Amino acid sequence: MLKIENLHVRVAGKEILKGVSLEVNAGEVHAIMGPNGAGKSTLGNVIAGREGYDVTAGTIEYAGRNLLELEPEERAAAGVFLAFQYPVEIPGVNNTYFLRTALNAQRKHRGEPELDSMQFLKRVREKLAVLHLKDELLHRAVNEGFSGGEKKRNEIFQMALLEPRLAILDETDSGLDIDALKMVADGVNAMRAPERAFVVITHYQRLLDYIVPDYVHVLADGRIVESGDRTLAHKLEEHGYAWIAERHVPDTISAGAA
Amino acid sequence: MAGALLEALLDRDALAGASRTSPAWLADARRAAAEALVREGLPGARNEAWKYTSLRALEQRKPIVGDAEAKRRAVEAATFGLPGIDGSRLVFVNGVLRDDLSRVEPAAGLSIFTLATANPAELEPWRAALARDAGTDAAFARLNTALAADGPLVRVAPGATIDAPVHLVFVGIAAEQEIAWHARALIEVGAGASLRVVEHHVGAAAAQIGNVVAQYALGAGAKLDLVGIQGASDAATLIRRSEFSLGAGAVLSTHALDIGAQLARHDIDVALAGRGARFASRGVFALRGRQHADLHLDVRHAARDTASDILWRGVADGRARGVFHGAITVEAGADGADANLSNKNLLLSPHAEIDTQPVLEIYADEVKAAHGATVGQLDEGAMFYLRSRGLPPDAARQLLIAAFCGVALADVAEPALREHLAAMLASRLPRIGED
Repeated sequence: MLKIENLHVRVAGKEILKGVSLEVNAGEVHAIMGPNGAGKSTLGNVIAGREGYDVTAGTIEYAGRNLLELEPEERAAAGVFLAFQYPVEIPGVNNTYFLRTALNAQRKHRGEPELDSMQFLKRVREKLAVLHLKDELLHRAVNEGFSGGEKKRNEIFQMALLEPRLAILDETDSGLDIDALKMVADGVNAMRAPERAFVVITHYQRLLDYIVPDYVHVLADGRIVESGDRTLAHKLEEHGYAWIAERHVPDTISAGAA
Repeated sequence: MAGALLEALLDRDALAGASRTSPAWLADARRAAAEALVREGLPGARNEAWKYTSLRALEQRKPIVGDAEAKRRAVEAATFGLPGIDGSRLVFVNGVLRDDLSRVEPAAGLSIFTLATANPAELEPWRAALARDAGTDAAFARLNTALAADGPLVRVAPGATIDAPVHLVFVGIAAEQEIAWHARALIEVGAGASLRVVEHHVGAAAAQIGNVVAQYALGAGAKLDLVGIQGASDAATLIRRSEFSLGAGAVLSTHALDIGAQLARHDIDVALAGRGARFASRGVFALRGRQHADLHLDVRHAARDTASDILWRGVADGRARGVFHGAITVEAGADGADANLSNKNLLLSPHAEIDTQPVLEIYADEVKAAHGATVGQLDEGAMFYLRSRGLPPDAARQLLIAAFCGVALADVAEPALREHLAAMLASRLPRIGED
């Protein structure tokens, strides 16, 4: 489904990703772990199509298409979803209105009929029930005045409603207490399906106790330096990221190059 | 020295026409205003209050005073009808009352006259307001004093509550020649009384000069809810001055939507004169093309425990130019004052310009004051967030702009009017291709 090969990305002139390769198949859950500044969020943003990320080499293929040629909204319509590390507050835009507009924009792009208010509301109710979310969230402006946990849950709610094929969760666990973390994990687990893939970006192993990954990758200094099964997360937890650093000498020559 | 504009307007016939039925004191006030204008002229290039709005081009125009055909011009009622607003309505076309378009719904405690038809005894209570000289900066108010022949006089008796909003409509409509019309509105809400007003400026394809002075007086404990809609013709020049004085415990709540006129200047002067008086102002201007809007808000906290809360939004597209000047003065002794001013502006085109100047002058000790003003572009982070959820750039842009402005009109009390204002606003914002 997603095939990243030798991806090099510069942000503000600085090389952040230095040759990332990753293949994710439908039905799989991949966890990307790594220390701060390793380039984890950059990877998520590049896949979603954020501006300011300069791909200098490498390719990203998604569902047989060159993902890098698509606009962010085209990627969304094609089934790519990024749960933001820092969801944006949009005062004055009602959450329900926003979601219906987004869903219908995607459906229209795919040539599917748009949902009317009743159909949309029915879908909203189903998803709310699964996520144990309060109705009240719907009537507020997008993320405005939401607590950290509410913002992250709103991201998962959006994901549930938009039903993407590839969901990237960018540190969705950061700032969550254990109850909120379980809720987020329940939401993700409820959506796991043979046709859907997840890339879970996290700094801590904790989330992976609840969202059990098929594969774990360690991203350090712009490269995937270690890949393995779920037990790799536990090793990291035990030894810390320094353990990885000791095993891999950073490529100072390429890092220092203009 | 008076320029061509003043020479054209202050001719003997025009002045005589305006004072035809006046009592002597009003004729004196008109004469004094005209003399002050001839002596001091219009504000010059160095006048700080007119820094962003040059009057040089305006000064060269030679319109005629008033419109002799105003009572006969065809005006569609649909141009000023508002949903949910069905109380008394006074319609002035090019500054002249139109009985055929107006109606007075009798209400206990509500009295309505007009400047042109009130007799000297009925005019007497308005003497101080009509004769008030607001100084050189307010040269157009002087012009208004000298020349305004008509306008609404609305009074609410102490203690009376008027439920249905009073709809004051000023229509600018094309005449055979370029005209300059003047209207004077006087509104008094007695002690403990309550009133809702919609001050509504509309127009169609008229290169003309409109000059409206509205003076609102709120007695102790009075309440006034004012919605101002400025949808003048894109070709018009509309100069407005709105003065408010608030007695002890009076509450003034205003909402404004300014989308019309080629050149719009609005001075809003608020005196919080009585202890505990409160003023809230919400407004938005949305400009496009070569529109120019200059808003001057001047709030004076002159008594203890007074509050002002100002939230304005501005949007400029094309080559439009917007100015927001928000000045709050807390006078010595006005302890316990609470002043809040927020003005955020959005530039939608590289050629648009908005200048915002919050000015806070505090001479009292115990004061809470906060102000913030910004001019910027759409937030890239918000744009990406919406696009990442599937919204095309145009739709994301439109949603963000509407939301940015919408907060200023979100708490208009009357739901039908609120929706109408939102739709009016949307009609002036950049459109996306609906298909």
